[in-house]
Amino acid sequence: MMQFMLLFSRQGKLRLQKWYVAHPDKLKKKITRELITTVLARKPKMCSFLEWKDVKVVYKRYASLYFCCAMEQEDNELLTLELIHRYVELLDKYFGSVCELDIIFNFEKAYFILDELVLGGELQETSKKNVLKAIAAQDLLQEDETVDAALREVGLL
Amino acid sequence: MNGSESGFNPAFNIATIKQVVNEAIERVRMPTPTRLRDLIRQIRAARTAAEERSVVNKECAYIRSTFREEDSVWRCRNIAKLLYIHMLGYPAHFGQLECLKLIASPRFTDKRVGYLGAMLLLDERQDVHLLITNCLKNDLNSNTQFVVGLALCTLGAIASPEMARDLASEVERLIKSPNAYIKKKAALCAFRIIRRVPDLMEMFLPATRSLLTEKNHGVLITGVTLITEMCENSPDTLNHFKKIVPNLVRILKNLILAGYSPEHDVSGVSDPFLQVKILRLLRILGKNDAEASEAMNDILAQVATNTETSKNVGNTILYETVLSIMDIKSESSLRVLAINILGRFLLNNDKNIRYVALNTLLRTVYVDTSAVQRHRTTILECLKDPDVSIRRRAMELSFALVNSSNMVAMMRELLQFLERSEAEFKTACSSAIVLAAERHAPTDKCHLDTLFQVFLKAGNYLRDDTVSSTIQLISAASAERQAYAAMRLWTALERAAVNADATDKQPLVQVAAWTIGEYGDLLVSEASNAISMVDDEGVDDFTRPSEEYVIDIYQKLLWNTQLSITSKEYLLLSLAKLSTRFTTQPSQDKIRGIIDTFGSHIHIELQQRGVELSQLYRNYAHLRPALLERMPPMEAPASAAEESPAASPHHEPAAASPEQDALLDLIIGSDSLTNGDVEHKPAPTNNNTTNDILDLLSGLELNMSPPLSATSLVNNNAPAPTLVGDLLTDTAPQKPTLTVSALEANGVSVTLGVHKLTADCVQLTMRAAYCGHAALSDFLFQCAVPRTFQLDMMSPSGTVLAPQTEITQVLKITNPSRSPLRLRIRVSYNMDGAPVLEQAEVNNFPADLFN
Repeated sequence: MMQFMLLFSRQGKLRLQKWYVAHPDKLKKKITRELITTVLARKPKMCSFLEWKDVKVVYKRYASLYFCCAMEQEDNELLTLELIHRYVELLDKYFGSVCELDIIFNFEKAYFILDELVLGGELQETSKKNVLKAIAAQDLLQEDETVDAALREVGLL
Repeated sequence: MNGSESGFNPAFNIATIKQVVNEAIERVRMPTPTRLRDLIRQIRAARTAAEERSVVNKECAYIRSTFREEDSVWRCRNIAKLLYIHMLGYPAHFGQLECLKLIASPRFTDKRVGYLGAMLLLDERQDVHLLITNCLKNDLNSNTQFVVGLALCTLGAIASPEMARDLASEVERLIKSPNAYIKKKAALCAFRIIRRVPDLMEMFLPATRSLLTEKNHGVLITGVTLITEMCENSPDTLNHFKKIVPNLVRILKNLILAGYSPEHDVSGVSDPFLQVKILRLLRILGKNDAEASEAMNDILAQVATNTETSKNVGNTILYETVLSIMDIKSESSLRVLAINILGRFLLNNDKNIRYVALNTLLRTVYVDTSAVQRHRTTILECLKDPDVSIRRRAMELSFALVNSSNMVAMMRELLQFLERSEAEFKTACSSAIVLAAERHAPTDKCHLDTLFQVFLKAGNYLRDDTVSSTIQLISAASAERQAYAAMRLWTALERAAVNADATDKQPLVQVAAWTIGEYGDLLVSEASNAISMVDDEGVDDFTRPSEEYVIDIYQKLLWNTQLSITSKEYLLLSLAKLSTRFTTQPSQDKIRGIIDTFGSHIHIELQQRGVELSQLYRNYAHLRPALLERMPPMEAPASAAEESPAASPHHEPAAASPEQDALLDLIIGSDSLTNGDVEHKPAPTNNNTTNDILDLLSGLELNMSPPLSATSLVNNNAPAPTLVGDLLTDTAPQKPTLTVSALEANGVSVTLGVHKLTADCVQLTMRAAYCGHAALSDFLFQCAVPRTFQLDMMSPSGTVLAPQTEITQVLKITNPSRSPLRLRIRVSYNMDGAPVLEQAEVNNFPADLFN
């Protein structure tokens, strides 16, 4: 099971954090800070796995962004890399060649996509199509509401 | 807006108009809040941290003020901004209740942001949980699948035990929903609920099994995840699910045989995520179960041979397959296949693959050492990898592979590794080398040489007890070895003194001081010429020192302000001893002069020692030669490793140090010499040693043993064997209580020495002896126990069984059910190049073994 996932930039700025274990805010901040420093200090040619405290950290850099997952000991490290890659593919499809700025300005969308891929720290959907379909349908629901509200505002509804 | 019930109405009624006007006025009075996008821009434009803080504080103040208004239209936007601010590390807890208000709103947009906020801002320890539980309950009953989805997702992320209890029945109902989108989310929610509250598992059992009959991969993978959790949760459930093995095999088969399906394809592999989850569940179901293992043998072989390995995803599946093959009772050919896959992994260019290979080999090395041995060179190569993760794994694996036949070559590599490794590795690595040398060194010279190398290379990172155990070893060695040790250590000590790096090698200084003190006469005598000092590289760097030169070096070290007090104590005592070893008058005078200066040393302990020792030159001069005589050979403190060639490598001999300190007390024949942090009672008699052992033991396991008396301990070897045995886990200095003959064929006899450790745990020592003419190679002893037993096998002492020798291997069997012990054993070896396999069942253990 995944314990948490962090996205951060090469400068060490946090871009997304998803926790599947309950920690007090203070501890979360401490873990985040320490892990970001440790991962950024690793050289590019090193392997993507890091035994860190009692978790196994699997990380990968895509352009300027690090995707970093803390897994439990018995989890398959290589599969976690695939999971990260799947998430990146989904972001890419959704935003259309995604870049760090997309994730900064639309962080809530990045969360929504992750929540359709992973639930409670475990993968819930292995089809990219299904994830994107669910996201599109929910986006549409939101849009309908906006149009609805606008119409009401001018009294057309 | 209240005008909605009127629907489209061209004739505006008065109330509607009034409301629109009111809202417009409201909006003018209260300006539209900054948009999320603009806030992010503002924050990003901030040049300094202070500037950023001021933007954030201003916005937070504004957001707080809007929260005070009951019915804000901008709540959703404000929470989104707050979430961004929260990610930057600013406090945002004041938004928690607002999130709940959003969740309670009928609009989907509000709910979506509200639940996102709840997942980010709340965690399990919040009091608002009662409120959110009610919201979740409502939404779990919603007609919109996405609203149910949001609720399930939130429950999966932040379920506290109370929430889990309150909502478990809702989740159970949703698992049975016909809608796959809801079904899969509910299954993972159930997984989280069981994780939090294992008692709740029962209620999910009926709904779970049908998940595997679905076509939808999302439902399948979540179903497998849920079942895996249940199986790990209780052995009963594990048995309950044994019958799904054929279903799982079928799903897996369909996955690998089915043609290309674009929806689930990842670089040519069909749904690797699902495959891996199924393989893992198979592993759990097949563990210790011959029947289930049999049912999955074929499919595992198929996956292992058919998976495309050019990409990471193929290797992912192979990796999981290898783990499963090694964990279940698989056929031997399959195991060979698995080890070969790992061998290929080791040679892979991708570091990640190499890492998992090392990791997996480490898990299998105790099951099948000989197979892993084949990859030794590659593993040693990994010691040079620039990546810490890989080096750490390679080091652990290398130590697991050391045995008496490869010890010399392995040690050379590991010593090099020790020398260039970072500080974090040095302690663990040096301890492991010391242990491996103790256990596997073919000759005592080799053992000593290895230890000396460790002293040089590990420096101060060496564990303290190595000093005392090395001293014991030297004192028990032959006279020629003692002279050799003195000469080697002299060379090292001299070099350290001259290069002024003795402070980084204090353990070396201590051992060298002790040894030279004891055997200094051998060092400076002509007789030393007869001993070959040529080392492995063919270099002889020993030059026989003069007595005065030795004393000069001692003086240099003793006056070094950086050297620890303990090291100086060793040196001072050693110098006093040298006064009876060295014969010439000038050196005698010099020693006396140095000792006298310590009479006014600033450190009380050294000062006292200086005064005492200088008395030996004055009033008590007649006592000096007798007091400073050579120590009698010390007995190994509960000789850990010699007796247990198979002790686990993680285990360190713990008993050595205090006894050695006691021995040090004996050397000086006086009271209270502090050594390190151990204080001893003044009792300068022969019983001192035993008293210390008694102290040592009494702190540990006295409740296990009959009352100990000091007299019963005088003879070091005889007493309290269980005590020492327990203390050192694997060793049993005592003879086994009985020996059972297990197998007798082709001149090979296998016996099992039984030694009871606790009420439900016995240790068996397998001894294989051979009385034929030519050695047997690839000797492998395997053993199986009924399912109610637990078997722990240590690695064997070797794999080559020469005539008139023995291979030993220690097995530990735990029997919680205390049923009669039965074993099935299998012995395989190569005799004259032909493989031989013998099997036998051993059931002639005494019936009351576990009573």
